[in-house]
Amino acid sequence: MTATSTARGEQSIEYSPDDMMIAAAARALRGYRVCFVGIGLPSTAANLARATHSPDLVLVYESGTIGAKPTRLPLSIGDGELAETADAVVSVPEIFNYWVQGGRIDVGFLGAAQMDRFANLNSTTIGDYEHPAVRLPGAGGAPEIAASCKEVIVLIRQSHRTFVERLDFRTTVGFGEGPDDRRRWGLRGSGPTLVITDLGLLRPDPVTRELTMTALHPGVEIDQARAATPWELRVAEQLTTTEPLSEEELRGLRDLQATQDHG
Amino acid sequence: MAQIQTLAEAVGNLVNDGDCVALEGFTHLIPVAAGQEIIRQGRRDLTLVRLTPDIVFDQLIGMGCAKKLVFGWGGNPGVGSLHRFRDAVENGWPHPLEIEEHSHAGLTNRYVAGASGLPFAVLRGYFGTDLMGRTETVKQVVCPFTGEELAAVAALRPDVTVIHAQQADHQGNVLMWGITGVNKEAVLAAERVLVTVEEVVDRLDPRPGGVLLPTWVIDAVAEAPGGTYPSYTAGYYERDNSAYVHWDTISRDRETFLTWMDEHVLGGSMAVGR
Repeated sequence: MTATSTARGEQSIEYSPDDMMIAAAARALRGYRVCFVGIGLPSTAANLARATHSPDLVLVYESGTIGAKPTRLPLSIGDGELAETADAVVSVPEIFNYWVQGGRIDVGFLGAAQMDRFANLNSTTIGDYEHPAVRLPGAGGAPEIAASCKEVIVLIRQSHRTFVERLDFRTTVGFGEGPDDRRRWGLRGSGPTLVITDLGLLRPDPVTRELTMTALHPGVEIDQARAATPWELRVAEQLTTTEPLSEEELRGLRDLQATQDHG
Repeated sequence: MAQIQTLAEAVGNLVNDGDCVALEGFTHLIPVAAGQEIIRQGRRDLTLVRLTPDIVFDQLIGMGCAKKLVFGWGGNPGVGSLHRFRDAVENGWPHPLEIEEHSHAGLTNRYVAGASGLPFAVLRGYFGTDLMGRTETVKQVVCPFTGEELAAVAALRPDVTVIHAQQADHQGNVLMWGITGVNKEAVLAAERVLVTVEEVVDRLDPRPGGVLLPTWVIDAVAEAPGGTYPSYTAGYYERDNSAYVHWDTISRDRETFLTWMDEHVLGGSMAVGR
């Protein structure tokens, strides 16, 4: 993995594209109150947000832990640490029916193996469903998180493997085929409002809902993003550059990663 | 009323070839010992059900116990793939595995309907996804009050549900606490119920957030201390994350897997039989 180096006065900070994704995701949580968290990068990002700018962010894990305040990064969504530090531990029917479907989650974090230009996601199979080349874990909580959280943030690396013209399986709905589909299907949340990749940020066009590149991470050129996208990538007129990782973010991130139980 | 039995007796009495068997547990309280007893007793053609099949399901599938899997998310949490599950779906080893997949919310509500004595449950979900056309147990219904179109999922009534809990008393009342997932619903939806526990105690003390299952909804209670390892039991022992990481290597290769199972689950009987 290539490290990015940014000079800040006399300091030079080295970090990876994954670090940049996590920091961008943590920043995106500023101002939200309740976040539905999956394991991996989303969990790291949500805990980084808590450790830096949003100490009161309520983390909800699908195992039923509401308001978890882990002091070490969990390996699974149901580690004992999450239950022990939670405000409440509820059943799985409760989490999905009352809290997610009930519209009580501000923002949900999702990842996937594939994503298309309308931010629909595949986490089911690569190749034909009946005879898959790769059998992925499947839907889990993703479809309802995407349906009912007020907003969704997608974390996914940008390449021809992950960004695809056509999903092999639509596990989770972003915007379907365009602006009317979410309403037509009765999905109450706004859908994905931000996609964070290793190259930059994409947001849905306000009219067509097609994803538009709105920012690049430091050191990334737009041609790289175009080359990593199999369709003709839409680019915002006001393309911005994300802030590089600050020392505080990097310190917070490294402190968190030091607590990860890798087994 | 629940009978207090050995695990071998309870599995022998309650789990038959061809049964639909739910072994629930959401990261916490996974009935690993019971699953491995099912493997030892050589059950076949099972329809296995779980929201989050993990290592013990990988073992059941790899040892050829399962005909069909009903599930929501099949992976090794935080680690990666379930290689025996993948090998069965991708390559038909040791034999082809039928699958019926749902979202967690969908499968959860199938249990809720089963526990509630209803033919189906209703939720917002599935529309716009390819899951909708892939499973017979999801259909569209229209709300008789508002005219809204909603997803209906068929009730799930397993022949047997197996869960693990912290404690039972001598009468077979069961107490669990911590993350209890969908365990209560899976128990109340089932025809027959087996609960393994860390220990049988003289008296169950009330616990904040504790779930009590009365003896008269349970058929058998079996003591299985450490019975969720490498999962965990709150109040008793922690999750062994290293075992989940290690499983990735053990399960990747068929021979390595079989050798490990023989050594750790079958007590060397396969090696003797060869």
